[in-house]
Amino acid sequence: MQIIMLRLVILILCCLPWVSYAPASAADFEASTPAIAKLKQSMHQRHSQLISHYNSGAIGLTHDGLIALRDANAVPLAARQSVNALIIAENQDRNTLYREIARANNHSEWEGNIRSTFSQRWITSAKPGWWYQQADGSWRRK
Amino acid sequence: MIKTYLSLISLLTINILLSSCVTINIYFPAAAAEKVADKIIEEVWQTDEEADTEETDKNNP
Repeated sequence: MQIIMLRLVILILCCLPWVSYAPASAADFEASTPAIAKLKQSMHQRHSQLISHYNSGAIGLTHDGLIALRDANAVPLAARQSVNALIIAENQDRNTLYREIARANNHSEWEGNIRSTFSQRWITSAKPGWWYQQADGSWRRK
Repeated sequence: MIKTYLSLISLLTINILLSSCVTINIYFPAAAAEKVADKIIEEVWQTDEEADTEETDKNNP
């Protein structure tokens, strides 16, 4: 009888730690490290140069949380090189941002989830008239 | 006596295994991530005009 009681007590004690684990780990989502702040600043500065290209439809939001040159004809020939450089720099920042947020939360494996969350939210927050890519790769105007 | 120790050890092993499973498969907090994403997007896409308007609104409520 005593042994059964002892086992029950041990079993209950053993269950305690992992029951309390889940809510504590899921409660907060961290995104305020110096690296993330720097990325936001750099992307904010670049946005003033990109905005006219979103409006003209030259650049669209891709379904994987990046941006792409959708219609090169909407960009004057002289400006194409600088627009391409802007797109490359922006995508580098975005990729780093998703990785940094995952790392800030100590879950590097969340990078994919964070990317898909962002890709949906970029499109939701896009202004009317901007172009975005659907899951099948086709472009659509908002 | 040995039997009790054995069951104790097996219970501890199960506990460690369960704990590690929970830790590894902890679900992605989608709602919290969306909020963070919205905040970052708002900051990144905020134009200077919008920032000025907000500033003015704050000064003249």
